[in-house]
Parts: sequence; structure tokens; C-alpha cells
Amino acid sequence: MTAAIDVDSISVHYGDVLALDQATLRLDKGKICGLVGMNGSGKSTLFKAIMGLVKPDAGTVTISGGPPSKARKSGVVSYVPQSEDVDWQFPLSVHDVVMMGRYGHMGFTRRPRRADRLAVAEALERVELTNFAQRQIGQLSGGQRKRAFVARGIAQGATTLLLDEPFAGVDKRSEATICTLLKELAADGATILVSTHDLHALPDLADEAVLLMRRVLMHGAPSKVLQPENLALAFGLDVMNRNGSPL
Amino acid sequence: MSIFEFLLEPFDFVFMQRALAVTVVAAVVCAVLSCWLVLIGWSLMGDAVSHAVLPGVVLAYIVGIPFAVGAVLFGFLAVGLIGAVRDTSRVKEDAAIGIVFTTLFALGLVLISVTPSQTDLSHIIFGNLLGLSHQDLVQVLVLGAFTLGILLLKRRDFTLFAFDPTHAHAIGLNPRLLGAFLLGLLALTSVVALQAVGVVLVVAMLIIPGATAYLLTDRFGRMLLLAPAISAACAVVGLYASYYLDAASGGMVVLAQGTAFAVVYLFSPRHGLVATRLAASRRRRVAAGTALRPTP
Repeated sequence: MTAAIDVDSISVHYGDVLALDQATLRLDKGKICGLVGMNGSGKSTLFKAIMGLVKPDAGTVTISGGPPSKARKSGVVSYVPQSEDVDWQFPLSVHDVVMMGRYGHMGFTRRPRRADRLAVAEALERVELTNFAQRQIGQLSGGQRKRAFVARGIAQGATTLLLDEPFAGVDKRSEATICTLLKELAADGATILVSTHDLHALPDLADEAVLLMRRVLMHGAPSKVLQPENLALAFGLDVMNRNGSPL
Repeated sequence: MSIFEFLLEPFDFVFMQRALAVTVVAAVVCAVLSCWLVLIGWSLMGDAVSHAVLPGVVLAYIVGIPFAVGAVLFGFLAVGLIGAVRDTSRVKEDAAIGIVFTTLFALGLVLISVTPSQTDLSHIIFGNLLGLSHQDLVQVLVLGAFTLGILLLKRRDFTLFAFDPTHAHAIGLNPRLLGAFLLGLLALTSVVALQAVGVVLVVAMLIIPGATAYLLTDRFGRMLLLAPAISAACAVVGLYASYYLDAASGGMVVLAQGTAFAVVYLFSPRHGLVATRLAASRRRRVAAGTALRPTP
């Protein structure tokens, strides 16, 4: 079976800095994978490489058996940005943002047709934001903001979802809502890669976890990957201390 | 003098009719573009490109090709140089912008000073509304219509680019291309507006209307209507003021826009200074009230 996301020993340099060192990651269709690592461990770079925003110096990325450019053109890739990368004052409504998921399906002027409006309405329904459709995006809570961007991916019809720190600044209840939503999407066949600092949520949410430190240190079941001694490898000894394990 | 005479008298003159047409067209095109510039954070870029087109316009005059060609070439040259200085030296972007556009502007001034011409090229710098030829008028109308047409047809793509270029990339669009397109239109718009208010003041028309509209609404679609409406109204008011006060027309138009911004900045219903201060003090009072109320 072709992997939904196949990252084959890619290396990425920024000038002299090695951001990713022969990272390899195969993700099957319908799986949720948690991406865990320190700041600067290459999580964002891995996302960028999968989306084709950075070109690896070595190795290849394949999405559903084809190159990332083809996947982008066919609209299967959706990215949910970190909160601080979004201008929340931007004068757009939730509906406007979700409609942007449809742009790849539209003509030259991106004029929405009936099918587009239906897709947006369904996506909003799915993430339970129908009543918030006309709100300016900044007037949503942290969890609602994330769901709005997930809705954009749903409206787009994306089968590969990349979420960058979706639980940062989100309260526990919204986090649970988002987790349920992601699991439903995965059950429908979406492949989901989530980078997160929230290790407690992972075993419940993810089918797999990946420990990243420029290289993929470990890839497997969350319960196994998130063992303190493994985290110590990725984060240094701090985590081990906090978890009360002996040094 | 009746109000009708007051309003109609200036336009007995052909030069005033042309001035009105050019100013309103420039005001509308600049205002529409300004909506994206202020949201992307490209106000300084607008400043830079609108100044940097000067040598291009002068060279186009010397060679005898349309001003627009020279303007677009030098607009892109400026953006390219700014990017090169920023990326290949330790100089930060604002300094790179300042270095590149002032140098190109200076080049334009020098070229003007050594170029013999029948039409006084120095008019490009401060605008020459009252001395517009029929040809100038046609050029402004054609360029203005062309630029406005593209901006409006591709408005959703430009808004996507302004809001989330990563998403644009993820769905197979090319954000770099969209950005370059917008910069090209910025250079064309500068040509339209420099006839009206001159190179120095173009940047005002490229920033103030968008910023004013941004304080009035939370919907981009409404910004795209409000900005040109306000800008055009200010252009007309500025022209009347310049006629009756016998003052510089370009300066008057920009003064009117600045005044409109000041009023909106203070009194906008939701985002104005007065409204936000009042709301804040109301919140404090409510908070104090609930704190003082005895619990049942």
C-alpha cells in the first residue's frame, strides 16, 4: 500500500544550520500521528518540506504516491497554522476563511458557486461553528479559531491535514472537542500530522507518535514513544526530572 | 453666489474638468490597492515603489515610450534591490527600503535636472493637476481602468495572499507570483497617481484610504467599497478647496484624506479612540459594580 505521506531521508539546511538530518517518516492513510520535539527540533521544517515550502537538499517527499506539487494542485493538502502566525485582526469572517479552502476548486475570479457554499456550510456544521459563521475571526475563542481552520481543510476536501501546535492557547474542553473532530476525520480516511507540546493528550488522540530531533529518533505507538527515557533523548534530561525518574 | 454656482463654477474650465477626472480616478485606484497594502504591512513598500518609479518615468520620457513601462521596470528593480540588500547583508529591511528608494528617487531628480524638455518634468514630483493635457487624461483613464479591473477581478486571490500565503501555496497557487503581481500593479498605480498629486504625495493616497476604511469595518468586502468612496470624496473636497483658496491641489487632496482619517480614528463606532475608551471604562465600571454588589 502506498503511504499517504512518505518522507524519505530528507535533509534540509538553512545556510550552515542543519534543520533536518535524513529524516524518514511513513504515514499510512487514516492515521493520526503526533510530532514531538523541542523548539528547533525541525518540526516546522518537516511541515514545510511536506508542503514543498522548503526544498530538501537530499531525499524525497511523496504524498499519496506523487510529488508534493501534484498533491497541492489537486487540493489534498491542508495546513492549520500556529496561532501567532495568523493576523486575527484581519477583516474576514469565519465564513470567508473557510471559503478560502474552496479556492483551488474555483475559476479565475474565485467566485463561489452553489457547490462551494454547500461545502462551506457542511464544514462549518461539522466543526460546530455554524452559528459563528459571520463573526470576525478574531472574535472567536482559541479552540474555535483552530476549528475554523480545520473547517477550511474540510471544505477543501483535504485528505492530508497538517496541524502546527493546535493545542497551544486552547482550554481543555476545546482540546477534547478538537481531538474528537480529528479522530472522526481520520476515521473518514484523512491522514493527520499534529505537532504538539501537549504530551498528555497524545496517547488518546494519536495512533502513532514521532520523536524528532533533526532526525526521527523514534516512531511507534504513543505509549511506547512517550516513555520518559525516550523523551529524555529528545528533550534532554529536564523531562526525566519532572517525571520523577532517577537521573 | 448660490450653492450651485459655488459647486459648478470651477468646472466651467476644461482644465478643472480634467483635473477632477484624473484626481477621482487616481483616488479610487489607489484606495482599492491600499486596502491590501495596509493589511499585508506593505505601506513602506508602497512608499518605496511610488518614489522609485521616478527615474523610470523620466527615462521613459527621454526614450519616448509610455511612462507605465518605465515605472513598472523601476518598481520591480526597487523591490529586487531591497530584497537583495536585505538578504545578502546584515542591514535590516526598513533600512534597505530607505537606502534603495531614496537613491532611485535621487537618480530621478538628477535625470530631470539634465533632461531638456518642453513639459516641465518637475511637475511629476508635485503633480500638475491644472496643466493636464488631453493625452495625460487618456493615459490616466486607460491605466486606471486596467489596474482597477485586474485588482477587482483577482481580489479574492490578493486577499488570500494577504491573509495566509501558506494556504495559498498549499492549494497549489503561487504566492510569490501573486505578490509580484500586486507590486506590478502598485507601480502602475503610482503612474496614475503621480499625475494627480505627484510622486511625493502618492504614498498618502496608497495608505490613508485603506487605513481609514480598516478602522470602520471588520469585513474586507466593505473595506473595498469604503476606501475608494472616502478617497474619491476627499479628492473632490480637496479640489474645491484648492480652487477657492488658490492652494496646491495635490496637497489639498491629501490634507482632506488626512483629515478624514483623523475623524475616523477618533469617532469610528467600533474601532475609534472615543468608542474604545468608553467601552473600556464601561467594562471597568461593570467589573467594579459586580465586585461591590453583596452576594445573596
